[in-house]
Amino acid sequence: MADWFKGSSAESKIRQEPPAVRVGLILIALIYTGLFLVIPLVIVFSEALAKGIGNYMAAITNPETLAAIRLTILTVAIVLPLNLAFGLAAAWAIAKFNFPGKNLLVTLIDLPFTISPVVVGLIYVTVFGLQGLLGPWLAAHNLKIIFAVPGIVLVTIFVTFPLVARELIPLMQVTGVEEEEAAIVLGASGWQTFRMVTLPNIKWGILYGIILCCTRAMGEFGAVSVVSGHIRGLTDTMPLQIEILYNEYNFTAAFAVASLLALTALITLAVKTFMERKIRRKLELAVGVESERK
Amino acid sequence: MNWKNALGLLLIALIVIGGTNCLAAKTQRINLLNVSYDPTREFYQEFNVAFVKYWKEKTGINVTIRQSHGGSGAQARSVIDGLEADVVTLALAYDIDAISSRSGLIVKGWQKKLSHNSAPYFSTIVFLVRKGNPKSIKDWNDLTKPRVSVITPNPKTSGGARWNYLAAWCYALKQYGNSETKAREFVTALFKNVPVLDSGARGSTMTFVQKGIGDVLIAWENEAFLAINQLGKDKFEIVVPSWSIMAEPPVAIVDKVVDKHGTRKVAEAYLKHLYSEEGQTIAAKHYYRPRMESVARKFAYQFPKVNLFTIDNVFGGWQKSQKIHFDDGGIFDQIYNPGNY
Repeated sequence: MADWFKGSSAESKIRQEPPAVRVGLILIALIYTGLFLVIPLVIVFSEALAKGIGNYMAAITNPETLAAIRLTILTVAIVLPLNLAFGLAAAWAIAKFNFPGKNLLVTLIDLPFTISPVVVGLIYVTVFGLQGLLGPWLAAHNLKIIFAVPGIVLVTIFVTFPLVARELIPLMQVTGVEEEEAAIVLGASGWQTFRMVTLPNIKWGILYGIILCCTRAMGEFGAVSVVSGHIRGLTDTMPLQIEILYNEYNFTAAFAVASLLALTALITLAVKTFMERKIRRKLELAVGVESERK
Repeated sequence: MNWKNALGLLLIALIVIGGTNCLAAKTQRINLLNVSYDPTREFYQEFNVAFVKYWKEKTGINVTIRQSHGGSGAQARSVIDGLEADVVTLALAYDIDAISSRSGLIVKGWQKKLSHNSAPYFSTIVFLVRKGNPKSIKDWNDLTKPRVSVITPNPKTSGGARWNYLAAWCYALKQYGNSETKAREFVTALFKNVPVLDSGARGSTMTFVQKGIGDVLIAWENEAFLAINQLGKDKFEIVVPSWSIMAEPPVAIVDKVVDKHGTRKVAEAYLKHLYSEEGQTIAAKHYYRPRMESVARKFAYQFPKVNLFTIDNVFGGWQKSQKIHFDDGGIFDQIYNPGNY
């Protein structure tokens, strides 16, 4: 039998599994990934291009689809800076300071992970809808939240809320406060400390958080679907537009838009892999420094 | 630091794109929002183009018509919750009644404002089966047979589904000498054969034609024709049952919204145009049965003759049937309990 699955000699002394088990496990992993990840992706792209590149371009440049793409980008453009600012502030507070209610804050940050997006949408309808808590007041002042862009932005903020913060908290906790303390002792101002000491340490974590936040914000369906009102060319985001096209027997166009989303996801995945390596090195470095001190 | 500059530029670019998007939306002309139900997508797409042209010729004003589609009940709910529809064109009168009674956005007595109960076109419920009709489905009683899988949407959210349900109920009443108990047993048996309830008519059609689930789809006549035309006559055929229901999808102006937007005049003209020869012809082309005699004669060849019940005669109107059958704790809730099967 080939040696490729045996691993290094040091490892093979530890691993006692017979080769058949190892081959079996590897095969299961490969088949599973192929079946549930690779094949669907291939299908998306092959369906999108099934009627030629001309049809593909026509589908993507259709005015309603373009409007959906623009709305998706707009949503990301608003959601991202807000979540970034919040994520930084929250991670900073949690990692560097002790304060009452810290555990509660950490738990609350995770809340959006545990609530179904559809429920999130319904909560916002209950609060901002015409029959809701603030609805009559909003209507009287001619402010539109639900079934308009603000509602879509709000629910997207909610579902992507933890992504940046969750990425930064462990990173900041590991790097500790010693470097900042040193900077302050040497006479740096708060802003200087943040800009020249903290930020360089967490930059890859920030970028990683941004990427996660971006893809999630672009792809959100359930919550957005509830508050969108589905007005063509106005409040449909890319995922909603995909559903509409599919339901109108426009399969090629649906898959064309889907392929755009899939493409961004693939690019993200590549960037993410690259960054994870950077972050890991950062963490190892920090841990290494810490253990040296001890 | 380079990565920070790059990040900044990216953010600025995104904001600029977003900003121009907002500006573009603000410099538009008269807008009309038509909130409709699922199967009317293709019909209103064509009708809107015709109306925009008609209105431009008549008044010189450019009007932009926006569409929103979904399950009829869900769409009504959105309007109640503040989706600012100028006109609603829904699957059944009850959904418009609901907007009227729950939000007061539509003035009571809306159904008297336009002729034919404010339903400019009507339709009926038919069956779509797979080519060759392998389970030989000919009438409603074939749907209750064991090992026949029936696809229909959820009557809680879909108007079409409520018509489907009531059509089956009518058939059973007729078949079993007006016995309510028998009708209930019949409909219970039918829903035992339903493996999945989509929220809207179009979702059910996709489940049947695209995902290949089920032996028969209970559908709007126009929805069945559309599926055949889109996906090929070699795949499906239409079965017309002995009796069906006269399904009247009504239209109405949302009074409070048009007054706020100042669009009452154009909204009224929009709905009236549905009754014009042009509107009726486009409706008939999309397999909605027209009201206008001359158009009906022209398209008579494409509509099979069916015996039709009306909801007013059999059930005493929508308010009553909604309360008895579809409200929470109503007969549908009692008979459809997937966990028990």
